[in-house]
Amino acid sequence: MSSKDSIAKTLTVATLLCVVCSVIVSTAAVLLKPAQIANKELDFKRNILSAAGLLDPASTVEKQFENIVVKMVDLETGKFSTAVSPDGYDQTKAAKEPSTSQPLPKSDDIAKIGRVEDYAKVYIAQTDSGKKIVVLPVRGYGLWGTLYGFLAVEGDMNTVVGLGFYDHKETPGLGGEVDNPRWKALWPGKKLFNPDGSIAIAVIKGSVDTSAKGSEHKVDGLSGATLTTKGVHNLIQFWLGEDGYGPFIANMKKGKA
Amino acid sequence: MKAKELLFKPILDDNPIGLQILGICSALAVTSSLNVTLVMCIALTTVTAFSNFFVSLVRNHAPGSIRIIVQMTIIASLVIVVDQVLKAVAYDLSKQLSVFVGLIITNCIVMGRAEAFAMKNPPIPSFLDGIGNGLGYSFFLIILGVVRELFGSGKLLGFEILPLATEGGWYISNGLLLLPPSAFFLIGLIIWGIRAFKPSQVERDEFKIAHNSTKTAEVL
Repeated sequence: MSSKDSIAKTLTVATLLCVVCSVIVSTAAVLLKPAQIANKELDFKRNILSAAGLLDPASTVEKQFENIVVKMVDLETGKFSTAVSPDGYDQTKAAKEPSTSQPLPKSDDIAKIGRVEDYAKVYIAQTDSGKKIVVLPVRGYGLWGTLYGFLAVEGDMNTVVGLGFYDHKETPGLGGEVDNPRWKALWPGKKLFNPDGSIAIAVIKGSVDTSAKGSEHKVDGLSGATLTTKGVHNLIQFWLGEDGYGPFIANMKKGKA
Repeated sequence: MKAKELLFKPILDDNPIGLQILGICSALAVTSSLNVTLVMCIALTTVTAFSNFFVSLVRNHAPGSIRIIVQMTIIASLVIVVDQVLKAVAYDLSKQLSVFVGLIITNCIVMGRAEAFAMKNPPIPSFLDGIGNGLGYSFFLIILGVVRELFGSGKLLGFEILPLATEGGWYISNGLLLLPPSAFFLIGLIIWGIRAFKPSQVERDEFKIAHNSTKTAEVL
């Protein structure tokens, strides 16, 4: 047995290697963290702009985002609130903290998110033609994990401007097609509610017959991704409902938010 | 071995995919668009080169009993660093590559070269061997990426080349090319092409198929 293969040598090599590698990996992680966080924020903002249909590749995201008003909404009363500052408020984090969120009873939790936060951060934009666009953060469980995204609606709180997800774990090529621009293009112009105020929007199996009655409430499902499609359908139903933005949407329609 | 040989031999003569049949998994997964393919090629070449270099540096000290673990630790650390750099520098691409960067760890080419070459050779030739094999891998992947993106979605690097019939053009795209199995067929065809051109790469039969049963009947 050569000295290279002795137990002492084996242990020394293993320990040294682990120390060196962990120092390298942690240094890289720490040094690159600020750039990664900046990228994530930029991506977040880009997704908000893209859901609102305002993304202009010719200009920087930061600049375009300056025109957007960020407001906090108390989900229970459905009114704008100043109790919490939107700066640095992380809605995803708030939904996990017991002090800033409420557990959902299983029967109401159709989007399978467990807890709903007390305050939501909504984004309000004005288009050049003076049209108001409200961007609502939404999330819900798909097949492999939670989909995080934005639903943008016009000032009437009924017409969809766009839907997009910035983070999900769906299968690329199947459920991952929620990112496909062609599928996303099906959303703008759809109506969320019936004239009586009940939720009408639905993601259906197969393609929508555009000539049929009620097609303005229906969106094609994704083929090969039944569970993702269901997840998207459920999360939209949830966030438009009483536990989600229901009260806020009702107030906005009356102009009293 | 000369540097030139180390760098360019793996492209046609000793291709990691074509001859060694390594790294097929990621070749199927990341080649549906050329953009992602190129990033994967760069990431894999970097990782293979540096992992070969570092494995070779410790080759005289790594005890035989834990040498695979030593290699894996080095490779895994490098892959995490590459992943972190991508997230910081090219966030969109890292989002598209998602799990595949992490999967470089399990890419057979990296492990295969570390074990087969770097454990027996000095650091600089090992580094070059890593780049060479990365280039060989890239050679295959770029062909696959070009064919699959061009004929699958009528584009190259996102620019429209063949206008699609669904978008008012004339080209009816081949949907199969966007699915992973198509890369299998293409890899098969390329290997066939290389072996027709270089018959020395054809493996010898492991057994000979006997003539039909008449002879057996005679024996009986």
